[in-house]
Amino acid sequence: MNRPGLVGERAIALFIVAFLAFNPPLLSIFSAEVFLFGLPLLYVYLFCAWAGIIALVGLQAAAAARSTRGNR
Amino acid sequence: MLSGWAILLTSLAYLCLLFAIAYTVDKRADAGQSLIANPYIYTLSIAVYCTSWTFYGSVGRAASSGIDFLPIYLGPTLTFVVWWFVLRKIIRISKAHRITSIADFISSRYGKSTGLSILVTVIAVVGIMPYISLQLKAVSTSFNVLLQYPVVATPPVPAHVPVLADTALLVALVLAAFAILFGTRHIDASEHHEGMVAAIAFESVVKLAAFLAVGIFVTFGLYNGFGDLFAAAQAEPKIVRLLTLDSGAYGQWMTLMLLSMAAIIFLPRQFQVTVVENVDEAHLQKAVWLFPLYLLAINIFVLPIAIGGLLAFPEGLVDADTFVLTLPMAEQQELLALFVFIGGLSAATGMVIVAAIALSTMISNDLVMPGLLRLSWLRLTERGDLTGLLLFIRRGSILLILLLGYGYFRLAGESDALVTIGLVSFAAAAQFAPAIIGGIFWKGGTRNGALAGLGMGFAVWTYTLLLPSFARSGWLPISFIDLGPLGIELLKPQALFGLQEMDSLSHAMFWSMLANIGGFIGFSLSGRQSAIERIQGALFVDVFKHSGTQGGGSRFWRGSATVSDLRALLVRFVGRDRAERALGGYARGRGLNLAKLHEADADLVNFVERLLAGAIGAASARVMVASVAKGEMLRIEEVMEILEETSQVIEYSHGLEQKSRELEATTAQLRAANERLKELDRLKDDFLSTVSHELRTPLTSIRSFSEILFDNPALETAERRRFLTIIVKESERLTRLINQILDLAKMEARRMEWQMEELDPTGVLKEALAATSSLFAERAIKLELKLDDRLPKVHVDRDRLMQVILNLLSNAVKFCHETQGLVVVSAAARDEGLYVSVADNGLGVAAEKRKMIFEKFQQANEALTDRPGGTGLGLAISRQIVEFFGGRIWVESVPGHGAKFSFIIPLNRAAVRQVAE
Repeated sequence: MNRPGLVGERAIALFIVAFLAFNPPLLSIFSAEVFLFGLPLLYVYLFCAWAGIIALVGLQAAAAARSTRGNR
Repeated sequence: MLSGWAILLTSLAYLCLLFAIAYTVDKRADAGQSLIANPYIYTLSIAVYCTSWTFYGSVGRAASSGIDFLPIYLGPTLTFVVWWFVLRKIIRISKAHRITSIADFISSRYGKSTGLSILVTVIAVVGIMPYISLQLKAVSTSFNVLLQYPVVATPPVPAHVPVLADTALLVALVLAAFAILFGTRHIDASEHHEGMVAAIAFESVVKLAAFLAVGIFVTFGLYNGFGDLFAAAQAEPKIVRLLTLDSGAYGQWMTLMLLSMAAIIFLPRQFQVTVVENVDEAHLQKAVWLFPLYLLAINIFVLPIAIGGLLAFPEGLVDADTFVLTLPMAEQQELLALFVFIGGLSAATGMVIVAAIALSTMISNDLVMPGLLRLSWLRLTERGDLTGLLLFIRRGSILLILLLGYGYFRLAGESDALVTIGLVSFAAAAQFAPAIIGGIFWKGGTRNGALAGLGMGFAVWTYTLLLPSFARSGWLPISFIDLGPLGIELLKPQALFGLQEMDSLSHAMFWSMLANIGGFIGFSLSGRQSAIERIQGALFVDVFKHSGTQGGGSRFWRGSATVSDLRALLVRFVGRDRAERALGGYARGRGLNLAKLHEADADLVNFVERLLAGAIGAASARVMVASVAKGEMLRIEEVMEILEETSQVIEYSHGLEQKSRELEATTAQLRAANERLKELDRLKDDFLSTVSHELRTPLTSIRSFSEILFDNPALETAERRRFLTIIVKESERLTRLINQILDLAKMEARRMEWQMEELDPTGVLKEALAATSSLFAERAIKLELKLDDRLPKVHVDRDRLMQVILNLLSNAVKFCHETQGLVVVSAAARDEGLYVSVADNGLGVAAEKRKMIFEKFQQANEALTDRPGGTGLGLAISRQIVEFFGGRIWVESVPGHGAKFSFIIPLNRAAVRQVAE
């Protein structure tokens, strides 16, 4: 769990996921005149993906905080 | 209610509230009680990223091109995802090196280069100018819109507003005063502005609340929630278009995302709040997700407000940039409108204050001070208190920055939308990315690479973004954009070298980044790093490997500085109180008494340099410390590096040199020893041959006479007697010779036993004469005596003295005139001592032989060697004896008229006294 370097590796993986999610071509899949519960799909997708990424960053930062505290 | 006075008073009251917050926090900070040291305030201060561009401009952009207002906020989220690698590293480096601005950071990374810090400052000031003008424009526009209440419309742009009556100028001056009050109350060595951070955080709360209030009002007041609003939007085809992303906009989408990824760190104000004002690295761990959350919150209602505005107003009546304000106004929500105005004011003032403080720090630390310090005729390095000058420069530069922003607003501001102006600044800030990101991950980046990259990128930025914005505002002929400069199509600033497929922003970013990254890498790879660049590069890239956050690497101090000089230096730049407090803290921490300390050690010098770096930047601090310190300052890594490079070579050549020297010395010794050996060998050979010759002569005659006697038994008795006499004499001679050789050998080896005594030489002389009288009589030699009555006593060995005299007498007899021999013996007391001489009237001694005859086996006349009694050792032995007595022996001679041998034996004290009585 606390393998050294893991925090960094996870950060890079998350960055790649986020970059792909926020950019074309994945973005173009959701760029359609479709409404989800009355909300535009692209709008819903972007904010949900955004919130998801933020949550993951939060978890990752908490893990980093634990590991650095443990190391000190 | 929304009269001009009411708006002005409210705004003023709000600004006063901000100042009260800042003032309180500053006071508490001075008392050592930090109110801002928590991750939430830190996060809110980073939210200074959301300016009036976000507040008003996002809605405007959403109304015109839909969802693509969003990448500007998604980008920072991406950057914060990799905070572990980038932000954390930059903050760690900045704390270790007491970085005060982005210019300081870059210059410090590339060997504390003053040239770089100046270039970065210029880029930052020129690049941020449009951004500041954007804020002025937003505040003055929103003020004018609000002033028209209850009419809701975009106020017409007047043909010409006199400068003094311009709202924007008033706003600029008020904001300048505000920034000066906040940011330059004093010079703080750590460059922390706690009061300002608190005020900014408060403003972030206000702007978020105001924006959310409008969003909730539109979504839930005017419509029944999101569903209702989007349902209404679906009825309008031109609004539905905004809800998807046109595939033609993909390029710009990615450009905006990349731009904002860079801007969230490299905009000077973001660097200021995120890096410089960071009080605890741990705060970052919360901010990395709280700040994106803030961005998400402030963006949720952008699209609903834009749609609400588009649905509410007929096309073209109201500028979409003002929807946030005009929607409440149209619904007669006066208080909400005023709140929104205050929110917009918050967004604008926050940005302007932080940007102005960050830029003024850069201008004073990285542009003006290094310049002034280098002007030797100003004698600044010798002048007294400089805190006043420093504050003056900062205040002046804040005013200058805002007036420049206002100038850009007058010149170009009216023609573009808020977002377009802001993006010009974003693109300028992005130019710092290659030098910084390259600098913290790649040790090979050089000063020249950074200079080339930044310079070329900035030049392309100016040409492809700044100049066209001037052209659009009519300051340059519009043909500059449409036809290219001087009609050269290939140089069209928005289609450089015929590149037309991209939008103007992506086009500018492509070319400027190509020039920037290309220049940085190209020049770095083709040039060499100086020692200090290499050291700084290693310290930056390996910041986590170097111990702790304290100290910028240990240093090696060569030379000396006095404590009082360093104290005086600190007082001049940070003020007496702060200087004393800092030094006191330092001394307490190490248990030192600075009052007793005269010479500062390396630690103290570094401590002072770091403190100064906080106040005036690393490059200037280095110059200042060097001005009071004799000798140079070197980081230990630098020394190690230099040593590594040269020591091997030096050691090698040193070794060689030493070896060859040793070899030479040994060779010389050997040669000398060899010479000596050869000489000894030759001497021994000579001696042996001479000795054997001398021994053989008597032996030969003894043997031959013995054989005659043996072979002729019938020999006459007389004859037999004669032969036997010869045999006896030769035997005696042989014995004498052997005795003398032994004596000489003993004397030379200093193994002779001497029986020294005090005696009267007269007795010895008379005895010797008596012993030789028969010789004289035999050869009928006349003896003449010239003896003084009283001769002084001498300290000698009686037998040896006798030996010398006998020797001289027998020699005289031997070499006397054949027929009329005369020998004169004289003895006298001289000042030097006892003088004795024996003179004959023989052949004499040739001048060249006078020294030689005292050597072994040397005789004046070789022809006479056969003479019985001559061993050739007598004079040599005599010399040894006389010299042992402390005297000397010599010969005087006139060839043909005889020779006179003399010796002197010095008197001892007792004898001298006796003679005197």
